[in-house]
Amino acid sequence: MRYLSMLAVLFALIATPSMAVEPDEMLPDPVLEARAREISKKLRCVVCQNQDIDSSNAGVARDLRLLVRERLVAGDTNDEVLAFVQARYGDYVLLKPPFKPSTYVLWFAPPFLILLVLALGWRVLSASQRTRPSHALTREEEALADQIIKNHKKGGRE
Amino acid sequence: MTRFLALIPFLLAVILGAFFIWGLNPERDPNEIPSVLISQPAPNFALEPIPGVEVPGLSRDDLLNNEKPVVINVFASWCVPCRAEHSVLTNLVERDGIRLFGINYKDKAEDASRWLAELGNPYERIGADTSGRAGIEWGISGVPETFIVGGDGTVLYRYVGPVVGEAAIAKFRVALTQAGVLGTGAS
Repeated sequence: MRYLSMLAVLFALIATPSMAVEPDEMLPDPVLEARAREISKKLRCVVCQNQDIDSSNAGVARDLRLLVRERLVAGDTNDEVLAFVQARYGDYVLLKPPFKPSTYVLWFAPPFLILLVLALGWRVLSASQRTRPSHALTREEEALADQIIKNHKKGGRE
Repeated sequence: MTRFLALIPFLLAVILGAFFIWGLNPERDPNEIPSVLISQPAPNFALEPIPGVEVPGLSRDDLLNNEKPVVINVFASWCVPCRAEHSVLTNLVERDGIRLFGINYKDKAEDASRWLAELGNPYERIGADTSGRAGIEWGISGVPETFIVGGDGTVLYRYVGPVVGEAAIAKFRVALTQAGVLGTGAS
């Protein structure tokens, strides 16, 4: 049992997140390589969609990773590399959609819906509060209730 | 105000219903990647011929001054659907007289030449894209993919996947007709 738990700890220690980037793809310069990884995480693999090219094993994803590194070595900035790939594969290749007129609905819908719901909720609640009938007793009812309680304490029955 | 509030569930049902009808439409393919190349000039690329294959290589210059639109097919000997598509493309070349160019995507020269020797070579020119870089320039996501490029080098149409089966062939023929490659009355 003890060995088993030790083994479990050992496995947990050597487990690392699976990576698709192979050693022969990596750049010798760690700074450039870090930038390449950062860019790769923003690019969608066009074969296995909804996966970034950094974690995809598809052939095209590997080619794009190599391309990203090539552009970086050639002196491109991160945005220039993204624009280079975007020019060939379109907005679709970016995992974060760009902010432009055709995506305004996408970006503005969530805050707009939240505001709408809050406004509607506030109106409904305040309207129902205004029309709620008063449940307080009138003076005569109060007197009657006092009378009943007094009679009850005396032991009498109505 | 209350009247307006009472309408909200109905409006929501209509909006959601329309959205579901749109989403359930079998014609709609959510995995389809819109091509940025359509109506754009063909990308810049220059490919050497496959060693051992008699047809010349392919580059952007070969697409710029053609009388009629041409078809560019991205294929590979390791791609099984390409084998099925091959006879369709051969038919289009032999019966309908289209001009077919090929991009041999990430293939070994000996495999590609054996494949072409076995199945026949309908391609007028074939560029060997050993690195896959021309594939990226064309924005392909896999093989096969087929493009129709206008006489002036403008990309007119893109077909993702093999042109195999009646529906796919009919769709592709419509695109060829619209591009002016096929006559409208052609069988």
